[in-house]
Amino acid sequence: MLRARVIPCLLMNASGGLVKTVKFAQPKYVGDPINAVRIFNEKEVDELILLDVEASRAARGPDLSRIGEIVDEAFMPIAYGGGISELSQARQLVSLGVEKVIVNGAFIDRPELIRELADTIGSQGVVAAVDVGRDLLGRRRVFDHRRKRVTGLDPVELVRRAVELGAGEVFVNDVSREGTGKGFDLELVRAMSASVGVPVIVCGGAGEVSDLRAAVDSGASAVAAGSLFVYIGRHRAVMINYPTHARLKELFIGA
Amino acid sequence: MITIVDSGAGNVRSVLNMFQRHGHDARVVTTAVEVAEASKIILPGVGAFDAGMAALRQQGLDEAIRNAVNNRGATLLGICLGMHLLFDGSDEGTTQGLSLLRGCVRRFPTAPHRLKIPHMGWNVVRNVRPSALLAEPDPDRRFYFVHSYYVDCVDQTDVAGVTEYGNEFTSVVHRGRICGVQFHPEKSHRFGAALLSSFVKM
Repeated sequence: MLRARVIPCLLMNASGGLVKTVKFAQPKYVGDPINAVRIFNEKEVDELILLDVEASRAARGPDLSRIGEIVDEAFMPIAYGGGISELSQARQLVSLGVEKVIVNGAFIDRPELIRELADTIGSQGVVAAVDVGRDLLGRRRVFDHRRKRVTGLDPVELVRRAVELGAGEVFVNDVSREGTGKGFDLELVRAMSASVGVPVIVCGGAGEVSDLRAAVDSGASAVAAGSLFVYIGRHRAVMINYPTHARLKELFIGA
Repeated sequence: MITIVDSGAGNVRSVLNMFQRHGHDARVVTTAVEVAEASKIILPGVGAFDAGMAALRQQGLDEAIRNAVNNRGATLLGICLGMHLLFDGSDEGTTQGLSLLRGCVRRFPTAPHRLKIPHMGWNVVRNVRPSALLAEPDPDRRFYFVHSYYVDCVDQTDVAGVTEYGNEFTSVVHRGRICGVQFHPEKSHRFGAALLSSFVKM
């Protein structure tokens, strides 16, 4: 049977280093992405998400040569997001071996981008990403990470629209829990997973392996995490880690 | 020498990368002439059926592949959409496929199991008929799938492996020198590498 996916989420900065943030702030350098991907590949991780967090904000496109180097180290699917605003970028990424392109900011501005991408590279290659924060009344709203502010958009409506336009997968990032290890907002996970018929990946808050199971039980098809796989121990020493396949099988399929 | 067909509708770089990393000679080709010389052919593919066939037709690759397999004894492995194109046609489109295997391509129903579409992630293949591709009996064997359509074979003896998603569907086909896999061996770690190595040895 299909097992829920567990996906390390790696953030890259402008100089191509790996960083880790907390609630999308205070980026801390944790290492070289090529090395990290090599280690994850050896650990036979399910999949990787690679995000260039500054590309959209700096209005520059993906660093194709670096991405190519990274993808060559991986014999599992890699999804890339950051600065994708046009078709040619997506085509180039796919020809480098990137399995899926993730669009976030650009699709808030121009939702039709999703349709254009899906028509060119196929729905299964297009992931609509949405960052979720809360407005002053405590309601969940889409967070625009480029302008660093909460919008008036309802995340459920936005992802439904994205899937209607052809997105084959959705990636939900909980800004307020990112990097905290407090666990997932399971109500958010439930609401987002139930809203569309495509797989939903949730990210933001995983602190231990049991959190991954809780998210899947709430309807997520896949769980992504940054801190959980990049830090170990109470003092957050940097060390790439990932559960064994036996552990994942036990967790999701049962012993 | 493994010949990987690049019609513009598939991701060839990862396939090439996996062969080369495991010590197999492989090259990427784009023309009918190059396919004509090939003895072991890989047909990758991602995206829609009609677009995939159009891309092959545009370069005469469809005839070249059929010719190589039927008249010159080449072995052929179709991957994902490449596997679908081996068949007669698809519910998704109107174009005729390569018709090297009999059957057609159908979309996963969302009811009755209320499954997420596409089928995306790691799943297992159950051997149903002997195939050189599936000889390795690794208990952890699994492969990465990402697709919304599956093949429906007319001849059940073409079905070498099946996978469960709601119901069981055909995930590996093998008829003589023609084979196809629904999943992506180039994105399936050592399990995919083992399958591709088995293809090299066929």
